[in-house]
Amino acid sequence: MAKHSLRRLLGLIPTLLLLLTVAFFLIRVAPGGPFDAEKALPPEIQANLNAKYHLDESLLQQYFRYLGQVVSLDFGPSYQYKDWTVNELIAQGFPVSLTVGLTAIVLAFFVGTMLGIAAALRQNSTVDYSLMGFAMLGISIPNFVIAPILILLLAVYAGWLPAGGWDWGVPSMVLPIVTLALPAIAYIARITRGSMIEVLHSNFIRTARAKGLSESIVIRRHALRPALLPVISYLGPAIAGMISGSVVIERIFSIPGLGSYFVQGALNRDYTLVMGVVIFYGVLILVLNFLVDLLYAWLNPKIRYDQKR
Amino acid sequence: MKSSTKSQAPLLEIKDLNVGFDTPEGEVHAVNNLNFSIKAGDTLAIVGESGAGKTQTVMAALGLLAENGHASGQAIFKGNDLLQMSAAELNRHRGREIAMIFQDPMTSLNPYLRIDKQMIEVVMHHQGLNKNQAREHAVEMLRAVRIPDPERRIRQYPHEFSGGMRQRVIVAMGLLCEPDLLIADEPTTALDVTVQGQISHLMGALRDNSNTAIILISHNLGVVAGLCERVLVMYAGEAVECGSVEQVYYDPRHPYTRGLLESVPRLDRPEEQGLNSIPGNPPNLLTLPAGCKFRDRCPEASDACREKPPMQLDDQRHAWRCILGGDT
Amino acid sequence: MTKNAEQQLVDPFEAALGVSDVKGRSPWEDAWHRLLKNRAAVYSAFIMGFMVLLVVFGPMLISWESDFTDWDYTSSPPSLESGHWFGTDAVGRDILVRTLEGGRISLLVGLVATIVSLVIGVSYGATAGYFGGTADRMMMRVVDIIYALPFMFLMILLMVVFGRHILLIFVAIGAVNWLDMARIVRGQTLSLKNTEFVEAARACGVQDWAIIRRHIVPNLLGVVIVYVTLTIPQVILIESFLSFLGLGVQEPMSSWGALVSDGAQDMESAPWTLIVPSVFLTVTLYCFNYIGDGLRDALDPKDRL
Repeated sequence: MAKHSLRRLLGLIPTLLLLLTVAFFLIRVAPGGPFDAEKALPPEIQANLNAKYHLDESLLQQYFRYLGQVVSLDFGPSYQYKDWTVNELIAQGFPVSLTVGLTAIVLAFFVGTMLGIAAALRQNSTVDYSLMGFAMLGISIPNFVIAPILILLLAVYAGWLPAGGWDWGVPSMVLPIVTLALPAIAYIARITRGSMIEVLHSNFIRTARAKGLSESIVIRRHALRPALLPVISYLGPAIAGMISGSVVIERIFSIPGLGSYFVQGALNRDYTLVMGVVIFYGVLILVLNFLVDLLYAWLNPKIRYDQKR
Repeated sequence: MKSSTKSQAPLLEIKDLNVGFDTPEGEVHAVNNLNFSIKAGDTLAIVGESGAGKTQTVMAALGLLAENGHASGQAIFKGNDLLQMSAAELNRHRGREIAMIFQDPMTSLNPYLRIDKQMIEVVMHHQGLNKNQAREHAVEMLRAVRIPDPERRIRQYPHEFSGGMRQRVIVAMGLLCEPDLLIADEPTTALDVTVQGQISHLMGALRDNSNTAIILISHNLGVVAGLCERVLVMYAGEAVECGSVEQVYYDPRHPYTRGLLESVPRLDRPEEQGLNSIPGNPPNLLTLPAGCKFRDRCPEASDACREKPPMQLDDQRHAWRCILGGDT
Repeated sequence: MTKNAEQQLVDPFEAALGVSDVKGRSPWEDAWHRLLKNRAAVYSAFIMGFMVLLVVFGPMLISWESDFTDWDYTSSPPSLESGHWFGTDAVGRDILVRTLEGGRISLLVGLVATIVSLVIGVSYGATAGYFGGTADRMMMRVVDIIYALPFMFLMILLMVVFGRHILLIFVAIGAVNWLDMARIVRGQTLSLKNTEFVEAARACGVQDWAIIRRHIVPNLLGVVIVYVTLTIPQVILIESFLSFLGLGVQEPMSSWGALVSDGAQDMESAPWTLIVPSVFLTVTLYCFNYIGDGLRDALDPKDRL
C-alpha cells in the first residue's frame, strides 16, 4: 500500500511539470508584456521593471526561476492588485471557496448515493423513472442557468434567501452550495443506481440472500461497498468539475472566493494571478485525485492484494 | 429436529411447480408442472441439459428468482409452503434449514469481505452465537472441508483462494448451520476431477452423519451415480423420468434419458460405436409445443406423441413421462 | 460482475434464445429496434431535429434582424402584438432571433469541436490499441498525464492569452476533449484485437484489411457513435460556460451561454431574456444526453439490466 502510494505520488510529477511548463510558456508567448497596457513608460523605467521581474533574462532562465519560485510556493506579485501578492490573494479567497466546495461535495455524495440507491431498489417503478428523469435534468441544466433561475425564484420573488454576497452566515451559503452540488448529485445518483443494480444481480448477493439475511442487511453489508466504488472513482472528476463550477458560481453569487479572483484576473489579463490560481487548483486537483485513489484502493481488497504481491 | 428414520413425510415436496420469466419476447416457460419430493437423509439428483429448468426449480423454492421471474404451485418444506412465505418467514428457513451451494465458486463469495465475516454472519444470524463462538465454529468447518491452516485462511479475502478452495469455503458455509436440506447446484463443475471427488465425498459424509437431505443439480452423470440414490431427469422444464440411480441408469424408460446416457463417453463401450448425441435442440421455451416436448428429437416418436403423454409409474417408484416404455 | 448478472438473466432463456425459430437479426438491427423502443431517446431525436431546423432556418423566417434595436420596445415582455414573440432585451433586440442565431454558434461549436476530438481521439486511440506493447504504454501514459490537468482553467488561460476567437474555441475544446475518446477507442481496439472472432478470422486466413473492415470497424463504430453523442452536449456546455464568463464568442456574435449571461444581468426586470436562451440550451443538452443514453443502451445491451 505504501509503495503504491509513493509510486502514485511520483506519477504526479510529470503532470505537474507539464502544467507549469504549459502555463509558463502560454503566458510568455502572449502578445505584449505585462506592462504594455499601461501608458508608454520611459525606457529606463521599463528596463528597471523588466529587471525587477527578471524579464531581461533568457526565457530558459526565467522558466527555471519560475519553477524555483513555484516549488517554494511563491507565485509573485499580482500585476493587477498592485499591493497584493498572488499568495495573499489565494490565502484570502481560498477559505471561502473551500467552504462552498467541501460542503457541496459532501452534500452531493450523500444525497446522490441515497437517491441512487432508492431508485435502484425500486427499479423501473415510477419513483425510479422520476428520480432518473430529474437526474438527467440535473446533468443537462448548466450551473450558470440554474443559479440565476434559483436566485430569481427564491431570492428575488420569494425573498427567502439573499441573492448573493457572502457573510459566512448560513443563508448566504445555501444557494451557492446547492447550485454547485446539483449536477454532482445528479451524476452520483445515476452512477449509484447503475452500479447498485449491477451489484444486486451478482452471484455473491444471491449467496447472501440464500443465507437468510434480511434484505436490508444484504444491501448494507454486501452490496453497499461494491456499489459505491464507482462513485468513489467518480469523486476525482467531480471535484475537478466542482472547482471549475465554483468559478461561475462565485461570479454569479458575488462570492469573494478564489474563482472570482481568477475570472477578474482573466478578464484583466493579470497573468501572475491567473497562473497562480491555475497552478494552485491544478495541484489541489492532483492531490485530491491522489487521495480519492488511495480511498478506492483501501476500499477494494483486490487492489490492495495485487499491490502486496 | 433431525430424524433418523427414512420412512416419514417428505422434507420438501414440490407440487405443480411452474416457473416463468417475462421477457421482451414473451413469457419463457422455464419449469412446467413439476412434481417431486425428497425425505430427510435422501439424496436426489436433478439432471438435464442446460435450460432444462433445474436451477430455476430450486431458485423458485428459495425465493431467489430474478425480478422478471414468477412461480406458481407449491413447495412445501416441513409442512409450510415456501412459495407463500413473506421474505421474513423465508429468511428463517434460508441458510438455517435449507442451505444452497451455488454453481460458480469464483463469483459466489463476496470479494469485498473476508471469509470470516461471510461465514460467521450466517451462524450469528441463525444460531445467535457471539462473534468468537461463531468464528471458532467457522474455523472448525473449514478444517472439516480440509482447508489447510484455517485459522489463518479465514482472515483472507476470496481472491486469495483458488477455485477449488473457494468451492470448499462455499460448501463449509452451506454446512455451518447443519441444514436439513442442502441444495448443491453444479457444485463441482468448475473444479478439477480430484477436487470434484473430494467435494462429493464431503457431501456424502454430511448426509450420512447428520441425515441431511441433498438435492444435487448436475449434468455430470458420474458424480450423480457416486453420490445419489434417486435421479430426476428434466427436459424443457418438465420431469421426464424419475427413479433410483439403478433404475434410471440401467433401465431408462424415456427416450431422452437413454439419449442422455448414451451421450456420455464410456470406456467399456467399443470404440467403433462412437459417441452418440441427441439430434436437434431443446424446444423454444417461449412457445412450447403441446404434447410431448421431446417429440421432435425422439427417434421413437409417433402421432400419438402429439397428445401430452401421461406419467407412467411402476411398482418400484420408477416414473417416466412417455407413452412407451411400459412393456420393457 | 456484469457477466454474472447477465448470466443469471440469460440462463433461463438459454434454450429459448438458441433456437432456430427465433428470427435471426443483425446486431445493428437489434440495436435499432432497442433504440426505437426507448421513447425518451426517440422523442429527444425528434425534438433535436426540430431544434436544428429552427436554428438554421428560423432566423430567415423572422422579420427582425438580430442586431436591430427596436427602441419602441426595450425590455418588452413576450407578446404577439409587438411582433416580439419572446420579448426583447434592454436595447430592444428580439430575443427569439438572438437566441436562434446564438444557437447556430452553439450547435456549430458542438459539431466542429466534436469532430476535432473525434479525429484526434480515434487516430490516437486506435494507434495505441493497434500497436500495443511499449508504444501503447507510452501513449497512454501521455494521456494520463494530460488528463490530470485542470482543463477549464487552462482553457481560460488560453482565451486570456490568445484573445477570444471562435476558431480558437473550436480547436481548444476539441483538443481538450479527445482524451476520453482516445481511451475508449484504445481499450476497444485492444480487446477486439484479442477476441476469439478476430483470432478465428486471422486463423482462417482472412486478410488484415478485411478483418479491420469487417470486425474491428463495426465493433468500434458503436462506442464511437455513443461517445460522439455524449461529447456534443459536453462541448456545447463548455462553450456556454466560457461565453457566460465573457471569455467565449465576442459581440456581435453570440451564443446561448453569452445570452444566458446577458439575461442574468437583466433577469429582475426582464426575466424572459434569461429564460428563453436557458430553455433552448437546456432542452438541447437534455435531448443530446437522452439520445446518447439511448444509443448506449441500444448498442451495449449488457448494461441494459
